[in-house]
Order: sequence, then C-alpha cells, then structure tokens
Amino acid sequence: MSKKLIEFINVSFRYSEDSPWVLRNVSFDIYEDEWVAIIGHNGSGKSTIAKLVNGLLFPGEGKILIDGREVNEDSIWEIRKKVGMVFQNPDNQFVGATVQDDVAFGMENRGVPRSEMIERIKSTLNAVGMQDYRLTEPHRLSGGQKQRVAIAGVLAISPRVLLLDEATAMLDPKGRKEIMQTVSNLLGKKGLSLITITHDLEEVVQADRVIVMNNGEVWDVSKPRDIFLKKDALRKIGLDIPFVAILADELRESGLSISREPLNHEELLEDLWTLYSKM
Amino acid sequence: MNSLIIGQYVPGDSYVHRLDPRTKITIIFFFIFVVFFANNVPSYSVLVIFALASVMLSRVPLRFIIKGLTPIWFLVIFTFILHLFVTKEGEVFFDFWHFEFYTGGVVQGVAISIRFFLLILVTSLLTLTTTPIEITDAIEDMLRPLNKVKFPVHELALMMSISLRFIPTLMQETEKISKAQASRGVDFKTGPVKDRIKAVVPLLVPLFVSAFKRAEELAMAMEARGYQGGEGRSKLRELKIGKLDMIIYIIFLSVIAVLFYTRTYA
Repeated sequence: MSKKLIEFINVSFRYSEDSPWVLRNVSFDIYEDEWVAIIGHNGSGKSTIAKLVNGLLFPGEGKILIDGREVNEDSIWEIRKKVGMVFQNPDNQFVGATVQDDVAFGMENRGVPRSEMIERIKSTLNAVGMQDYRLTEPHRLSGGQKQRVAIAGVLAISPRVLLLDEATAMLDPKGRKEIMQTVSNLLGKKGLSLITITHDLEEVVQADRVIVMNNGEVWDVSKPRDIFLKKDALRKIGLDIPFVAILADELRESGLSISREPLNHEELLEDLWTLYSKM
Repeated sequence: MNSLIIGQYVPGDSYVHRLDPRTKITIIFFFIFVVFFANNVPSYSVLVIFALASVMLSRVPLRFIIKGLTPIWFLVIFTFILHLFVTKEGEVFFDFWHFEFYTGGVVQGVAISIRFFLLILVTSLLTLTTTPIEITDAIEDMLRPLNKVKFPVHELALMMSISLRFIPTLMQETEKISKAQASRGVDFKTGPVKDRIKAVVPLLVPLFVSAFKRAEELAMAMEARGYQGGEGRSKLRELKIGKLDMIIYIIFLSVIAVLFYTRTYA
C-alpha cells in the first residue's frame, strides 16, 4: 500500500457549543494516487469533511493529518498548497476577469513568478481541454466549462489532493459528463489523490474506494461494487440507486443468473450477451 | 446576453489602445490641467488638434464618440447662454428689448464650450480604448505610494475587479429573477409609476439575498485557493511602459510647450 496522504483520527465537529454534532468520531485514511468518493445524503456531513481537509473549518475533537502534518491555524497555508478544492457553484468561485486570470489567481496568491504562471496556465488549460478559451470572460462560459477552469486553477498550484465538493451538482448532464471525463483523464498524473464528494451513486463507480456517510458517521468504506450490493440499506439512508443496479436486480428475480454486480450499462450488457455461453 | 460589454470599451488594436493605461491616465490628467491655460485662438487650436488627432488615431467609430458626448450638450449650451447674458465685456453687438449682448460674452461662451468639449472628449477616449480591468490595474499601480500611509490599495483594486467580474453575472441573474417574478404575475411594464416602482421590490430582495450568498461563497473559495491579502502576491497582468508610451509623452510635452508659447500673457 502506498503512503497515507490524509488521516482523519476520531474527528468530531459541530458549529457551536450548543448545536448538535455534524460529524461524530469520523476516522478514515486516504492514500496517494487513490480516488476516493465520499457519498451521503444532504446533511450527512460530507461537505463538512471537505472544509475540514482544507482548513476552512477546524475539528472540535480528534485530529486531521495531511501528508503527516496536523491541520491547525499555523499550518493552513501549507495545507492549502497541498489540497486544492473545487466547489459546487461554478459562478461563485470564479475570481478572475478572464479564464487565464482565474487560473492565475491561486498562483498569484503564492507569488509564483509571471513567466512560470504563463507556462502553467497553458499546460493546465490543456489538461482540462479549455486551451481555446484563455481570454474568454466567465459569463460566456457554460457551467461545465467554468468548473473545468476551476479544476485548472487548482491543478496550477500542483496540489497533492484534488477535492471536488459536489462540483457537478449544479451542472446539466452534459456538463457532468465533461467534468467526470476531465477528472478521469487527470488520474494518470502521478502523486495526485482525488476526492469526489457527491450524493449521486452514479458518480462513484470509477472510484477506487467509497466512503458512505450517514448522519455524521462513517456508514461504510468499501469498493464501489460492494457498496452497490447493499441496495436496500442504501435506500434506507436516503440514496438513489442507479438504474442499472435496479435493472440487474429485476433480471435476477426473473431467473437470469447475473453473477457480478454491474457498475454501468456496458458491464450489464456484457453479462447479458455472454449469458448463454456460460449456461 | 452575449453582446454584453461592460462600460463603453470598444475593442481595437490602435496606437491608443496599445498605450499603457497609466500613460493614458497621466496624460489625460495633465491635459485637463493645461486646458485651463489656453486663452487665445492658437493655444486652443493646439489642444483641439491634439485631442482630435488622438481620436483619429484610436480609430474608434465616430458614433461611439458622439454617444459619449451626449450627456454634456445641455451643459455646454446652458453655460454658453449664461455667458451670453451675464458677461459684460467688449462691445455691445446686439440689443434686444432691454437685454444687451456683448462680444465678450460670445467669446467667453465659445471658450468655455470648447473646454467642456475637450475634457469630455479625452476622458471618454480613455474609457473607449481601455478595458475597465486595465484601468483598475493602472489605478492600483499609480496609488501604490499610498501603501506607505496604510491605504489599502490592493484591497481597493481587488474590490473593483471583482465588482467588474460580477456585473454580467448579476445582470443575468436580474433577468432570470424578473422573468420568474413575471411568470408569477408581477407586472414590471404597465400601470402607474408608483406601482411599477413597487414591483421592483420582489426583484431586488432575491437579488440582494443571492448577492450576499455569492459573496460569502466567493470569500470561502478565495481563501481555499490561498488568498491572504496583497502581501507576497505576484501578478499575471503586467503593465509595461514601452517605446510607444515614450513617444506619446514627448509629443504631449511638446504640445504643452507650444501651448505655453502661444498663449497670451496679460
């Protein structure tokens, strides 16, 4: 197993002394080069985890280590170099007047020299497929394009962790596809861990591991395929089961022997057309 | 919505567009200053020629210039007429009822009108050939000495550039909200003025609520991206005084020299 990059050790969090705990005794590890999806219904504490990782909030109890360093007031600027975050609303995180100004914002904050900025703007915009929009103003971009620019802005500071906090929630299906495509293209990059936070089970299928959150507690940590097996329990904690998984269940009930739990249409299709030869 | 342009900037690549915004602001500042030193036909001509030559060089279509001048026509005519009635210098050239019009009044009126015209012409040329963001950068750079007296120059410039960035976003939002409210029966377009003003309330309230929400989220996103004030920041947009700027400075200085040579000293 590769190196631990993020460690949550018995973390609890609440917004104030007299309010209920948002997170209760949460512990998990995230390793280098890993894609972890965090899923849960609204109010399950998943976005709070994102803010804790970036030092926008601090844990009430327990501690968080990023690359071996504890998150606290003194270390946040170090931590924010290592953890890049993309938020839900594409408009409310676009700071620059044009695409290239926005990608530069994070680098400007860190005092990166101008010549290097230009170089990195070019390469990161290429990485997210936005190289033709370098001088475009934000109001001329679609939501998906804005989120890709946001991803480029984060990549430009070469973080260790890329954290997408419901980055696709406000996008249309096309924009959602664009982002998931961009994200899976990035995975080849060495040393970059990816955390995607979502309430959509369809978005966890490509992840290496899934952390399911429920009412501020870690409900389950396992591989996507194993998560999909617990359909009834997932439904109980307020998550929508993807259509393919439901279809597979129905097919099984009507007597077809579908052995593995399909993650997407292609897998189910393959199981179906190879069914006869297996019998 | 795609044709939306903030301010009155007319895109182009003329010599005037290519000047450093600081050069433009400096020259306009001193131009406004020296306009008040002109006092005879040759000295006014020097200034008018300089201003018109700049307009020609900018290659901004005339209709944009005329549009920029519209707000001051009234003021020019008003002051002209005022001078006509009030100034009692020179000879009486026209007598009507018991008003006497003096030649001095006409001369004064024309001179003041030309001054107004020149001032508005050069300042609108600045906004026509410079993007708001360039002007912001220039102001930030030129106010930098004020940092010494703890004046928040960087913060001011950041506020300006973020406001500029959000104008189109908020306009789109206004359009969306007004459609949403119209579909629920709010009538923005007909009825007495009082009712129409009242109809703006259900437009403004959601707009303000969402603007505050945006501001909060933006602040969080900026912090997450490592923003910690102006110190130790580098800049992508760069201002550079080039050869062209030097040439313009020399031309402008000679214009001033000619102006002071031609003006009459009483």
